[in-house]
Amino acid sequence: MEKQWRHARTPAAPVQVEEPTWAQRAIASLLAFTARVISGASARWVDCQPDTCQRVYFANHTSHLDALVLWSALPAEVRRLTRPVAARDYWERGWVRRYLANRIFHALLIDRRNIKVHRSPVDEMLRTIGDRYSLIVFPEGHRNTADELAPFKSGLYYLAKKRPDLELVPVYIDNLNRVLPRGEFLPVPLLSCITFGPPMWLEHGETKSEFLQRARDAVLRLKDA
Amino acid sequence: MSTPEAETLWLVGGVIVLLGLVTLVSVYVKRRRDLALDPAAVAQFHRRVTVWWVLCLLLATAFVLGRYWTVGLFGLMSLRALQEYITLTPTRRGDHRALFWVFFVFTPAQYIAVALDRYELYSILIPVGAFLFLAIRIAMAGDYKNYLERVAKIQVGLMICVYCLSFAPALLTRRLPPQPKPPPEQATALAQPSALGSSDREQPLPGEPTPTVTRTAPTVIWPEVHEERARLLFFFVLVVQLADVLQYAWGRLLGRRPIAPEVSPSRTWEGFFGGVASATVMAALLSWAVPFPVWQTATLAAATTAVGLAGGLVTSAVKRDRGVEDYGTLITGHGGILDRIDSLCFAAPVFFFLAQGAFPALGS
Repeated sequence: MEKQWRHARTPAAPVQVEEPTWAQRAIASLLAFTARVISGASARWVDCQPDTCQRVYFANHTSHLDALVLWSALPAEVRRLTRPVAARDYWERGWVRRYLANRIFHALLIDRRNIKVHRSPVDEMLRTIGDRYSLIVFPEGHRNTADELAPFKSGLYYLAKKRPDLELVPVYIDNLNRVLPRGEFLPVPLLSCITFGPPMWLEHGETKSEFLQRARDAVLRLKDA
Repeated sequence: MSTPEAETLWLVGGVIVLLGLVTLVSVYVKRRRDLALDPAAVAQFHRRVTVWWVLCLLLATAFVLGRYWTVGLFGLMSLRALQEYITLTPTRRGDHRALFWVFFVFTPAQYIAVALDRYELYSILIPVGAFLFLAIRIAMAGDYKNYLERVAKIQVGLMICVYCLSFAPALLTRRLPPQPKPPPEQATALAQPSALGSSDREQPLPGEPTPTVTRTAPTVIWPEVHEERARLLFFFVLVVQLADVLQYAWGRLLGRRPIAPEVSPSRTWEGFFGGVASATVMAALLSWAVPFPVWQTATLAAATTAVGLAGGLVTSAVKRDRGVEDYGTLITGHGGILDRIDSLCFAAPVFFFLAQGAFPALGS
């Protein structure tokens, strides 16, 4: 736990999440277990270890299940501190999704349609994580149906620039698009694999496009790792 | 729960003792680095031993918990094997709904039919019902690219992983072929198993109303599995796994001519015949455990193991086509169940039909 405090600068005041009740913890464990069974997901850590230090997990996005399965693949104590960034229009539909997003994942819901300049998603993310939480982001910005990884949006770069102490962990999600493809609502229990790669940071003097390209390559490299 | 029959104790006890010895050897070999053995082979051996323990415990449930549990456990094994197979097989977006039916409707339905002993249903559910349905469902999805290939891939997976394997637990639920009561002194003669021919068994009269249970020692609580049937299942798995190992051993010792070098360089004719022959001999020696005379047991074992070993070649060909070594290595971190049970899958229907149909019809 010591690691959380290692950065020198004072972080923005975190948005407090109340301690989860035992029921919420039970639901979270059950949900993680179910997600792992349905997606047959195995987690691989390549040159990277699970840690409770502040991180940004960035992954390719191919299925609605991505955030849930990535979150489930983390060890319980890391999972409790990790909050997926998700689309508000999807997760606020229906009370089940709303309950899960707000009480179980403590997801950070971003309004995709109505982005205001003075409340940019990146600022919201930074405020949310404070000095305690980690994030799961999908820098492609949308679910990708093509086989190619889409170019990354710039949010990741601004996160890295404003908080250079965050560890940026590339994640490659394999085969999950076959478990639940776009437009389907019933999953098929195939095997999938989540690969975590070595953390990276914004290098000194690196431009935005260079950095985003490097981040995208880091995800792609895990495909064959 | 009454006491199990002597044959059951001998068979299961013998296998557990044997497995214990094999485990000791495997642990010893793993510890002794100085023996200069191939570490990959040692690791593979270790994995195999673990799988045998799991299989052995799984089958032991047949004696203790009853048939619904056993059928259910085989069903889970099927699902897992199918999961590995479909993961390995490229499917397209249009197949998603069809796959959903495969996993959540046909596989459970098959095993439910087996558990309820509805032979007329489970014998045709997949080869007729599912095959036609899948062809229609995939056509309805509107994607015609590689249509035949995609349909065939899913059908073959369903056939191997579900339909074939379900005939193993079906051994438990099928009614017994006519079986005369053995003379009581047979149980005491167990120490010389080879002496137990069937020459002294009586012929059942044709048309005689035959009770399904003739031996009066069912040891299970509920629902009842006749102990003899559970032993038959145990015997089947034992013989096929023995053939697998013996094939490997013979192949390592004498293997010279590979059956199909492009498919699998390690499967040789020498290993194949050695495996089948030695497993047949072992089965004949164990024929006191099954309700068949020695020659029938030997024929049964020879046919079953030959098909089982050939089945291993088939799954090797599928893997080779997809460019992977093991079903387990496609998605790293998963042990391949299909690698372990492929010979069981192919052998199960052969064993079932011979044990169930052919030999009783011949009148043993």
